[in-house]
Amino acid sequence: MAMKVYGPAMSTNVARVLVCLEEVGAEYEVVPVDMTTGEHKSPAHDARNPFGQVPAFQDGDLILYESRAISKYILRKGGSDLLRESNLAESAMVDVWLEVESGHFSSTMSPIIFQCLVVPFLGGETDTKIVQENLEKLKTALGVYEARLSRFKYLAGDFVSLADISHFPAAYYLLGGSHASVLDAYPHVKAWLAEVMDRPSVRKVVELMKLPSA
Amino acid sequence: MAPMKLYGAVLSWNVTRCATALEEAGSDYEIVPINFATAEHKSPEHLARNPFGQVPALQDGDLYVFESRAICKYAARKNKPELLREGNLEESAMVDVWMEVEANQYTSVLNPILFQVLISPMLGGTTDQKVVDENLEKLKKVLEVYEARLTKFKYLAGDFLSLADLNHVSVTLCLLATPYASVLDAYPHVKAWWSSLMERPSVQKVAVMMKPSA
Repeated sequence: MAMKVYGPAMSTNVARVLVCLEEVGAEYEVVPVDMTTGEHKSPAHDARNPFGQVPAFQDGDLILYESRAISKYILRKGGSDLLRESNLAESAMVDVWLEVESGHFSSTMSPIIFQCLVVPFLGGETDTKIVQENLEKLKTALGVYEARLSRFKYLAGDFVSLADISHFPAAYYLLGGSHASVLDAYPHVKAWLAEVMDRPSVRKVVELMKLPSA
Repeated sequence: MAPMKLYGAVLSWNVTRCATALEEAGSDYEIVPINFATAEHKSPEHLARNPFGQVPALQDGDLYVFESRAICKYAARKNKPELLREGNLEESAMVDVWMEVEANQYTSVLNPILFQVLISPMLGGTTDQKVVDENLEKLKKVLEVYEARLTKFKYLAGDFLSLADLNHVSVTLCLLATPYASVLDAYPHVKAWWSSLMERPSVQKVAVMMKPSA
């Protein structure tokens, strides 16, 4: 039976899960959740994610939520090498940079994406102050990334991991938006992102993110 | 072999999140204070441990780990892996889910409350009651989900203690030091879960660490 992911592919957190499914070549289906009509707050969805968010995930009787938890389950089940859990030092570095992705990169990108893409879509006006504040925080983080990626090929070391791939959804919106040039000052980051975006799994999910139903 | 070093002040609930994990895992470690008043956290020595100039950081031999939840996982993997259940697909998934929930749902709304009530006055600022009240309302909604979960299971990931439970300890101890501790009263299973955690020697040790000196 195919695994199910509930939520729109264009959501950064849903996309994160989809890329992991692609990485392990799992059979899956994306079940739409119409957030414009509040479907994510419906009783049916609440049974899958009691915080009323997307994604939710189902594999047989197992229901999971929180994209990074779902991602790890998928990678472990699929026998992927992207977590390095059998190596104490390597897995620690994967965990560190996954925390950094969540706490320093995606957390500053979220308000930027919301202001630049979602607010206008809902008929509102972009709050440029919020965008600028978060761009400054992003630059601080990118400085740290630049130093790291000048020493190592990937974030956790010289091996690709979930820490790198987990950046792709927010990076997709950054690269496609009006602030992509912020990366120009960070050449190693720019090159690393280009490589991440070029992975077959990422390219496949990007196509899903562009679909009208997404 | 030298004990691991946890850099940071016990005032920080991110540092004591790690202390809780290290204590429960039975790790050999010592706390090395970092002096924020002299900007030691921005010194080259500390930036080599944590490139964001934050605490905590952990040193184990040649390995430096930062981001509190990555440090907690490292301690568990090294000294008490049953706290993570990584050999079991379903159990480890539930541990991951509730570690993500702690970060993204619980601590994310507690942080602003703790900052306004405990930290801001210490820095010579005032408490923004509006921020406190808004986040208390969000906290209540989150606690409803926890109540439902802990009505079904003894601990968050299931009927076994895991790192997911332990990662809640430091911020919850801080909540109890604010005038808002009674917010837990409406959630009897949450309270019972908290009481059972408080009985653990590791948690008692951290509670003593966090008390301000007389």
